[in-house]
Order: sequence, then structure tokens, then C-alpha cells
Amino acid sequence: MANHRDVYLDYSATTPVKEEVFQEMLPWFTENYGNPSSIYTIGQKSKEALHQARSRVAKLIGAKEDEIYFTSTGTEADNWAIFGAVDSLKTKGNHIITTVFEHHAILHACQFLEQRGTRVTYLPVDSQGLVDPKKVEEAISEDTVLITIMAVNNEIGTVQPIREISEIAKRHGVLFHTDGVQAVGSIPVNVKEWGVDMMSISSHKIYGPKGVGALYIRKGLRISNFMHGGGQEGKRRAGTENLPGIVGFGKAAELAYDHLDHHIEHVKTLRDYFTQEVLRRIPEVTINGTMEHRHPGNINLAFNYIEGEGILLLLDREGISVSTGSACNSAALTPSHVLSAIGLPVERIHGSIRFTMGDYTTREDVDYVINVLEDTVKKLREISSVNEKKGW
Amino acid sequence: MGIYNDTVMEHFMNPRNVGDMENPDGVGTYGSPVCGDMMQIAIRVKDDVIMDAKFKTFGCGSAIASSSIATEMIIGMTIDDALALTNKEIVDGLGGLPAVKIHCSVLADHAIKSAIYDYAQKNGKTYKGLEGFDPNAEEDEHDITEESGCVGGCSGPACEKNSNESNEPK
Repeated sequence: MANHRDVYLDYSATTPVKEEVFQEMLPWFTENYGNPSSIYTIGQKSKEALHQARSRVAKLIGAKEDEIYFTSTGTEADNWAIFGAVDSLKTKGNHIITTVFEHHAILHACQFLEQRGTRVTYLPVDSQGLVDPKKVEEAISEDTVLITIMAVNNEIGTVQPIREISEIAKRHGVLFHTDGVQAVGSIPVNVKEWGVDMMSISSHKIYGPKGVGALYIRKGLRISNFMHGGGQEGKRRAGTENLPGIVGFGKAAELAYDHLDHHIEHVKTLRDYFTQEVLRRIPEVTINGTMEHRHPGNINLAFNYIEGEGILLLLDREGISVSTGSACNSAALTPSHVLSAIGLPVERIHGSIRFTMGDYTTREDVDYVINVLEDTVKKLREISSVNEKKGW
Repeated sequence: MGIYNDTVMEHFMNPRNVGDMENPDGVGTYGSPVCGDMMQIAIRVKDDVIMDAKFKTFGCGSAIASSSIATEMIIGMTIDDALALTNKEIVDGLGGLPAVKIHCSVLADHAIKSAIYDYAQKNGKTYKGLEGFDPNAEEDEHDITEESGCVGGCSGPACEKNSNESNEPK
């Protein structure tokens, strides 16, 4: 076994804050602590920083500065988009179209509204992990007020046909929101080209700090407020701004914009190499979701005849951090709703692991993980009561 | 630090009595891969004493650790004592398991009973501890989750089943 090393392959869960980002944040804790709403000098200095961060985030997604509203998280942005749109359009209708494999920030918000009388259509996805735009169009009815479909799935990394869905939404005069949390900073994103009305973003997925997100709201669109209080964020999202966090988010957005091509090339090269080597060296492994339309740093693999929590624990022992869709890893003992949605048999969901590469992943890291993974799978298969010969 | 204590991790990392047994006197299997846990336990019996036990388990860390410690506990036990072994003793032997993982110890307990049942059937023996035991039963009804038919339903006060909590990849 190669020398022990710490390898983080869960960049879709969160990312480390980049040093440049951290340094840029620091003065906004202790020196420049003014409230951006105060009219004296140090308050106005904070206001200027807020402005700069907003313009950097806007640039990353091809938006205008006044279309970016900072929130506490991507989850808040998702909740706001849904509650805000449904509330503001309640005289028009009360129907939402979404998919079965959205992030829980969308699904649980929709379920909450469902319990209060909103009709929600949860569209299926195909075995490749893609939404069929035709199904979206078929689901639209008179009372549809919102379509919310994620741009990139968080577990299997599949990239949805956002532009096609957006055209359909426009044709029918229905608002379209996309959860762009996993897309921004990982694939080219331009809200104008995509034609979306709203998009959620999160800072901590792009090497910024946790506790900051944003909702893009197309200029001219008014949805009801979600947070009520002071006049921050153009009177649309109350609460004193998390300035250090927002400054960090802005810096992270700037770096993501400047290095996007390099970032994509870097993670994709490592991801493809990793996938190819694992499939070559470890038998009975299959890929979950299409490789064609996929987040460049994401691979989700099903290891037959073993269970994911065991894999995760053994990898963790060797310093490697990954995620699993296994039910055994969830408090509710339910297998991943995303892998269920693509029709993966439950016994194979239990043995599925998500690996996500990032800017700090190296070829040496990947080689180390492949070696440890090969031993881990072999060890667990020796213990397992099911195998290739016996079958499930 | 981790979700399991050192004893559980030790048994998971270095499981005892893993493997197949040649010509076992009794074999019991319990659970299914669909449910996330499946244990197979084989025993060798001499004069009503379990001389050896081997297991193979598809399942999470606690399922493997439970199998390991359960086989270790029953080796050297009389059949009657092994039948009296409860899942609580297995959990205690491991120094405790997280609430949602208790069902793993139930599986081990059940697999042992199934192996003894198999031995009793083959040798025309009857044991008090096997009265009313059906190796094909899906376990006590209250332990079965409604949709899947899988053991693992948590119904105690520590139950987090309805908490919406999930560790799915974020």
C-alpha cells in the first residue's frame, strides 16, 4: 500500500476556501466592520465592497449586477424562488412542475407547499439521468405558475437541457427557476443564453465560504419576499448582509470566472483517468448516469455485491473522503432518491459511491485512491454473502 | 469522531470468522441485498456445542461488526445458550451501536437462529429456543418498513426515521 495521504474527493459536497478568497475576506471582520446601510464613511466602504462582490457574481453567470440578491445559502435561494413565485402568482394558478431528483432544498419546499394545497408535478428522469423537455411541456397546464428544474444533478452530475426547457416555459408564459448550485463554476453558465427567470447559486461550492448564496432574478420580474425586515438587497431580502461572506463569494466568483476553462480541463482529465482505471482494474463496476452530459469532476459508480457505507468507512480510514447513496448511510435508512429515480436497482444503490474532483486534486491523489479502492472492494467482496457467481 | 466506537470499528476492520465452511452442520441466511443487509452464518456442532462458526455478510460497517462479534460469542456455546443470545447482548458486546443501526444486530441474532434451525432440521432435533421460530419469517411485524418489507424500521424513542434527515450526497 502506498503511503497514507489525505485525499478529498467530495468537492460537490463543499470546497475549501481558496487562500486568495480567505485573505480578501479578513479585513471585513475586524477592520471594515461598518454596516453597509450606514451613511458614514465606514458604512459606505462596506457598501462599496458589497457592490463589487455583486458585480463579480453577476459576471460569473452573465447577469447584471442588479439581478443578484445575496442570501444565506443556496437552500434559501431555492426556497425563496419557489415560495416567492407561488405566492406572487396565486391569483394566476397554483401548480409547480419539478422533477423527482431535485435537491431536497427544492423537493422539501415543494412538499411543504403541497401540504398547503399547491399541486406539484414531479417529472421522472430517464435511466441516463436526464429530464425530457417534452415531458415538461406536457405537464404544463392553465394553472402552472413555476417550473423548477436543476441545471446539474448533485449526485450523478448530469447536465439538464436547461435552454430547451426555458424555451418551453417562455412559450407558455410560465416562470422557470433552475437550481444552479452544482453548475456554476463547473460548467459554462450564462443566464441570458439559458433564458432562465431565476437561478440559485452557492458560494461554498466554488471555493468561497459557507453561509452565502444568491438568487438571480431576471430584471423586471417581481416575486414575493421571503425574508422580511430592513431594506437590504433592494428591499427584497431583509437582514444585515454577511459582508465577509459576500466579499469571499465575490472573490471566489471572480476566480471561477477567470479560471473556468482551466478548472474544467483539470477536473475532467482526472475524472476520466480515474474512471477508466477503476473500470479497468475493478470488476463488476458500473457508471450511474450518462457520461455525455455530465459535470466534469463528477463520477458516480456502483460497486456490485458490496455496500457503500463499508466502502466509505474503509476509504476514510486511509484518508479518503467520498459520498455514498447507500441507505445505510442515511438516518432514515432510505436509499438515494436520485439513484432510485434513474431506475438503479436498490441493491446497487447501496453500493454506489460518488467521487468528485476539484482544483486541488492531483494525479498522485487519484492514483492513491485507485489503489486503496481496489483493495477495499476486494476486501469487502471477500466478506460479502453475495458475489458474481452466486448472483444477488 | 466517527459514527462507530472503537470496538465496532475494530470488528469491522478485522472481522473474525469470515468465510465459507466446508460441510457445515447448519447454515442460516437472513436479510437481502435489497434491504441493504444480508448475513449468512454457518456452524459446526458437536455434542450440542457450537465448535465453529463462519459468516459472510453484505452490509454496512455495523452489519459486518455484528456478524463478527456474534460468531465470536457463539463459538463454544451450547445450542441452548446460543439460542438464548439476544440482539441486545450483541449490541452490548460491541459497546453500543447508533440507534438506526440496531437492526443490524437483530439480523445477526436471526441468522444464528436460522443456522441452528437448519442444524435441528437436518438432525431431527428440537430445541426449546426454536419454538415458534420460522426462518423464512420477515421478522417481527413492527420491525418491517411498510414499503420495502425490509427489517430496519425504527420505532423506538430514538427513532430518527421521520426526521427528514438524510446523508445523501449534498
